[in-house]
Amino acid sequence: MSTQNTTRPDLNAVLAGFGGQGILFMGKAIAYAGLLDGREVSWLPSYGPEMRGGTANCSVCISDEQICSPLVTAPDALVVMNQPSFEKFVDTVKPGGVVVVESSIISAKVTRDDVTVHYVPATTLAEEHGLKGLANIILMGKLLAATGFATRETMADTIAKIVPAKKAHLIPRNIEAVELGFKY
Amino acid sequence: MAIVFQKPASLTDAPLHYCPGCTHGIIHRLVAEAIDGLDAQGSTVGVAPVGCAVFAYNYFNTDMIEAPHGRAPAVATGVKRVCPQNLVFTYQGDGDLAAIGTAETVHAASRGENITIIFVNNAIYGMTGGQMAPTSLPGQVTQTSPYGRDVKTAGHPIRVCEMLATLSGTAYAERVAVDSVPNIRKAGKAIRKAFELQKQGAGFTIVEVLSTCPTNWGLNPVESLEWVRTDMMPYYPLGVYKDITAGEGTK
Amino acid sequence: MRVLMKGNEALAEAAVRAGCRHFFGYPITPQTELAAYMAKRLPKIDGVFLQAESEIAAINMVLGAAAAGARVMTSSSSPGISLKTEGISYIAGSDLPALIINVQRGGPGLGGIQPSQADYWQATKAPGHGDLHILVFAPNSVQEMVDTVQNAFDLADEYRMPAMILADGMLGQMMEPVTLPDEGEIQLPQKPWATNGHGGNRPRNIANSLYIEAAELEHLVRERFARYAEIEQKHVQVEQIGVDDADFVVVAYGATARVCQAAVRAARAKGIKAGLLRPITLWPFPTQAIAEAANHVQAFLTVEMSMGQMVDDVRLAVNGKVPVAFYGRTGGIIPTPQEVLEQIEKIAEGGQA
Repeated sequence: MSTQNTTRPDLNAVLAGFGGQGILFMGKAIAYAGLLDGREVSWLPSYGPEMRGGTANCSVCISDEQICSPLVTAPDALVVMNQPSFEKFVDTVKPGGVVVVESSIISAKVTRDDVTVHYVPATTLAEEHGLKGLANIILMGKLLAATGFATRETMADTIAKIVPAKKAHLIPRNIEAVELGFKY
Repeated sequence: MAIVFQKPASLTDAPLHYCPGCTHGIIHRLVAEAIDGLDAQGSTVGVAPVGCAVFAYNYFNTDMIEAPHGRAPAVATGVKRVCPQNLVFTYQGDGDLAAIGTAETVHAASRGENITIIFVNNAIYGMTGGQMAPTSLPGQVTQTSPYGRDVKTAGHPIRVCEMLATLSGTAYAERVAVDSVPNIRKAGKAIRKAFELQKQGAGFTIVEVLSTCPTNWGLNPVESLEWVRTDMMPYYPLGVYKDITAGEGTK
Repeated sequence: MRVLMKGNEALAEAAVRAGCRHFFGYPITPQTELAAYMAKRLPKIDGVFLQAESEIAAINMVLGAAAAGARVMTSSSSPGISLKTEGISYIAGSDLPALIINVQRGGPGLGGIQPSQADYWQATKAPGHGDLHILVFAPNSVQEMVDTVQNAFDLADEYRMPAMILADGMLGQMMEPVTLPDEGEIQLPQKPWATNGHGGNRPRNIANSLYIEAAELEHLVRERFARYAEIEQKHVQVEQIGVDDADFVVVAYGATARVCQAAVRAARAKGIKAGLLRPITLWPFPTQAIAEAANHVQAFLTVEMSMGQMVDDVRLAVNGKVPVAFYGRTGGIIPTPQEVLEQIEKIAEGGQA
């Protein structure tokens, strides 16, 4: 799974779900991992009324080159955490892309056969492992495994950096969540 | 030879442009005397309005800013927040302060902005030729209330001191007039007190001065002074509406 | 050190590091984070953050603080900027420096809250009533926004005029890595004209925009325009990517320029000799650079998040030498690289976009 070779793949991801599921935080974590790897990154959230109780989504790009458009309209990776986002974004994924589906919330299946789909019942997994509230991080772990946007070591460093100091005790649980998703 | 009377240092030598019988000149002098009295000429920044007093920046011998119409309290806020040690005042008419600039006035007061407003109320728009002002009296004939101000359609005149006295940020609000020598003396004291309170950091201070507009009232200067007494004062009673130092022995 | 920052917050921190200690503003989406950042940051460094009762009050507080000699700023978004235009005109007419940030959203009216570039005309042609210009900068990344802030403040001070950073909802909301300038002491220029109390040491200063004598006003405006002419000579900023050998040049600014850069790259990959000309200053406008390109390209394509505003200035610069096509999305829609590429292809095939 190591991606420590000379040509690291670009990531153009869309993450989407309900407000409150930690979509934007997941996006920041991915972008931060790219930053720690010394790469170019961008994070662009949806904003406005839709954030307040509705759907939230963000675009995240990681590249070794300058990022042109931070708005991802044809993602090579998609993480969806609710049904409306599933319906809205699955068809936008580039052929050959990766889709990570929160399958404890979304019962639908992807009918396309030109993308790789990973169904991860992240909310159920989180509850089973005493990681309530970390479904987003579990899904990020799966995305990490599926795309190799960073190394697991970088991801662990990222978690340590972006978890607020007041919640430092949550760092091990977040790393556990990444690993859980990575290996699922 | 002893000098018994002279122009305040805080006034320039520029001849005032005001109409005969207008009391702006008296009020300018009282403001300048108050600045001189506090030895504050060098630390004062004045803000002129849009209206008859728009050229006030030519008359006060201090640093001056000419503000957009109604915005003087906001401009003064900007100055004061940069230079809290300075004496900052605005000089505004009734249209500037109580119509187009009501929001700026009310919010400067509610913030307890440590500035002083000299509010010249003559119940009419003078500069533009005598239109109805927010403070024009019920029944008052003006260019834009030719049949007399009908409160049913044109609303009621605003009593500014009474309104601002309700706000917690207002430290001092007094209404005075310059229609007689005793009242001019009282007006001078009120302005001085407002400046002193600002120096002490007390908060927002306002002195409303009932003033004349012989030109647009269609009265001669003497009649105008009489009209202030007979018509304006009953609607706008003179007095102190707020004084946070009142309980402390200073009257 | 590179840190990940939101555009709005990066603008605020850059302003602090450029020596700005006074901020007056009013809440509006999508610039909110900028004011919120200042509300947190400025009180800790003896600065002033004041949430005004209105956009109008905020810009007039800026006027007062600028007159008093402070390095001062405000920020807003399109409908709020409309309210500020009165104050901007007075600030320009009183020869005062200030920084205004417009994180544009869709209009007219209340419009929308998604990114837009529909305030180009307002910023460059009529940022207030009267004969005037303001400096207008259009950065295209969080880093360039940071780098623009100090320059905007400095030029505003040098020429005693308002400066505007014309951003948009995308640049304001997105996060990118930035390297911030050092947090050192900033040496601000002397402002002998400031109305901050003469102290008996100098003649009194007056900040004023009223000139009743027509001849006096004309003289003053002409003097101001002589300064504008100097700025047009010395301070145009433009980025050109692959313009030298290009047959087709896309002209775009701000966030749209990034989309276009992807499209131009894709066009080159398909064998179309496309280039990108990106105005970084919108006023002064890079007329010269466009006129020079017009000597060797076959056609221009202007792309904006509007129905076509900057395209007017591009056509004036091209002056009829070659066709200038336009492609725009509006209302808060961001054009995609694919859409722009299709337009480039259409032009390359000889058709008009």
